[in-house]
Amino acid sequence: MTEVVVPPALILLAGAVLVGLTRGAARSAVVLLAPLATLWAVWQVPDGVAVTASFLGYEIEPVEGGALRRLFATIFAIMAFAGGLFAFRQAKWYELAAAHAYAAGAVGVAFAGDLITLFLYWELMAIFSTVVVWCGGTPAARAAGIRYAIMHLLGGVILKVGIEGVVVHTGSVQIEPMLAGNFDTWMILIGILINTAAPPVSAWLADAYPASSPTGSVFLSAFTTKSAVLALILLFPGEPVLIWVGLYMVFYGIVYALLENDARRILAYSVVNQVGFMVCAVGIGTQLALNGAAAHAFAHIIYKALLFMSAGVVLYRTGITRCSDLGGLFRTMPLTTLCGIIGALAISSFPLTSGFTTKTLISVAAEEQGLALVYFLLAAASAGVFLHAGIKFPWFVFFQKDSGLRPQDAPWNMAAAMLLFAAACLLLGIFPEPFWALLPYPVDYDAYAPGKVLFYLQLLLFSGLAFFLLLPLMRRTLTITLDTDWLWRVLLRRMSERMLELVQSTGTRLLEALTRFGEQQAPRLRRPFGSSGVLGRTWQIGPTALWIVILLSAYLLLYYL
Amino acid sequence: MTGPERDPDDGRRETEHWLVRPSTIRMLWIAFIAVLGLTVLAQLVIDVKGYFGADGWFGFGAVFGFLSCVAMVLAAKALGVLLKRPEDHYDD
Repeated sequence: MTEVVVPPALILLAGAVLVGLTRGAARSAVVLLAPLATLWAVWQVPDGVAVTASFLGYEIEPVEGGALRRLFATIFAIMAFAGGLFAFRQAKWYELAAAHAYAAGAVGVAFAGDLITLFLYWELMAIFSTVVVWCGGTPAARAAGIRYAIMHLLGGVILKVGIEGVVVHTGSVQIEPMLAGNFDTWMILIGILINTAAPPVSAWLADAYPASSPTGSVFLSAFTTKSAVLALILLFPGEPVLIWVGLYMVFYGIVYALLENDARRILAYSVVNQVGFMVCAVGIGTQLALNGAAAHAFAHIIYKALLFMSAGVVLYRTGITRCSDLGGLFRTMPLTTLCGIIGALAISSFPLTSGFTTKTLISVAAEEQGLALVYFLLAAASAGVFLHAGIKFPWFVFFQKDSGLRPQDAPWNMAAAMLLFAAACLLLGIFPEPFWALLPYPVDYDAYAPGKVLFYLQLLLFSGLAFFLLLPLMRRTLTITLDTDWLWRVLLRRMSERMLELVQSTGTRLLEALTRFGEQQAPRLRRPFGSSGVLGRTWQIGPTALWIVILLSAYLLLYYL
Repeated sequence: MTGPERDPDDGRRETEHWLVRPSTIRMLWIAFIAVLGLTVLAQLVIDVKGYFGADGWFGFGAVFGFLSCVAMVLAAKALGVLLKRPEDHYDD
């Protein structure tokens, strides 16, 4: 007997359509129930290939189960639910519909058994995440959305080139571990890395996410980068270049977040930072490291969404995201402050939070492989996370100075979503064992060994000390920080403008030269063709008729000869 | 998304929140420094396993955490000199 497996992604896609077709309470019900139905379907998918189909002559596997895939699909579905709960009373219906379709893309990627399916869901995410960015509704959001779309469509093309190459050269569309050894696999790796916001294109993330609506950034923070991390775990475990790509991302995120004034851009940079930890873990590639990457992705989606939720509530209530204009909000927004702090502690991997029980897996993996430099850099980065996200975000938004703002606390649905995820951050931190059982490989690890806890407490608390001692150096300025995207946003535009000018001026000069040439030639042409020239002057009828007679006679003669 | 009216005098008119009183802040600093001291002193009792030698030294986590943060802040500061631009840099 074969059981019928419902592709979980299709449920969310149907949800996206239904959000558009329904109104009022029915729409709210769809927004909240479709992710839960998806979650149920995720857990019905058995291990191994569950659905096969034929597509353009290839045997594809749209649904393939497994512990790792289930873990990611589970958190994607939970995220769609919590995001929906956070947004359903405030967001526009088309943002909610786009968010469902976007989440469907992520769930689809999680279960994709072959490269073709992976690519199709990949593009689905690209399209609908762009729509979510556009739902920011401002001219800045429109422009950022276009830049975002160009980047992701470009990434999609690169990924597609790689997939075609692999399919042509190996004849297999299977998703299986590979190393970046030839052109095809490099293209696949680059295509995936673009979605993780790896260098040199990290800037797209902090450009697009903060331009979205207060609710949109919550969805955006979850799916694109983490589905790319899953793709890396499936396709490139142990690819050494990823260790260094990841470490670059980790420190890039910290430094740019330290320079940033916009609260949501701080959080966006810290997404790059956190995904860097995961990419590095995939590069280490042992079972423990891959467990760490998967677990950290799971935990990260929750606490990062929680942080974006708290920043979203602040933006929703005050219309402000600049740290220099915020401050002192803890007075009237105690719940949002508390949830923001819990998210901040979790991202800093403070003991008793989800970050601690997942990120330390990555450090231990580095240590087991004897990667001393990686281990110490990750430790320094952990301190840096506390610095740029753990303290900086809540401090500047909720404490700092009294901005005079007295906004209301979160609406009930936003509060409920934040409490749900805050509780999840603490649960995963305090009782990690049930969660570890969901990881792809067996976990034999004691997160709360006293020595380890003490080491991290020292590390984090003394970074806290550094933060408050160095506060004068971190005065918020009304600035942005240039990034590699300057190359295409400014340099490339200037170059194309210069090119256009060059073409235009060349054309003008060419025309001028022609005119001048004509003017020079005019007197010489005037002699035969001018009004008194042989060929230009008027002739009398008589001589003309005579000439015609002569010519016709000559023609006749020639014809008979 | 209309923001509440901003009134700079608000803070002065209402009684100051207990959390921002200078006395509270002084207390918080004292408590913080006490906790910092405890986390270092605790290493006398609790053995921190050093995987690569140095990370097992007494107070290593504290010094390493503090110094890496100082280094990162200074690095960011230096980079900021080169890369910071006014907010409207990209506006047409």
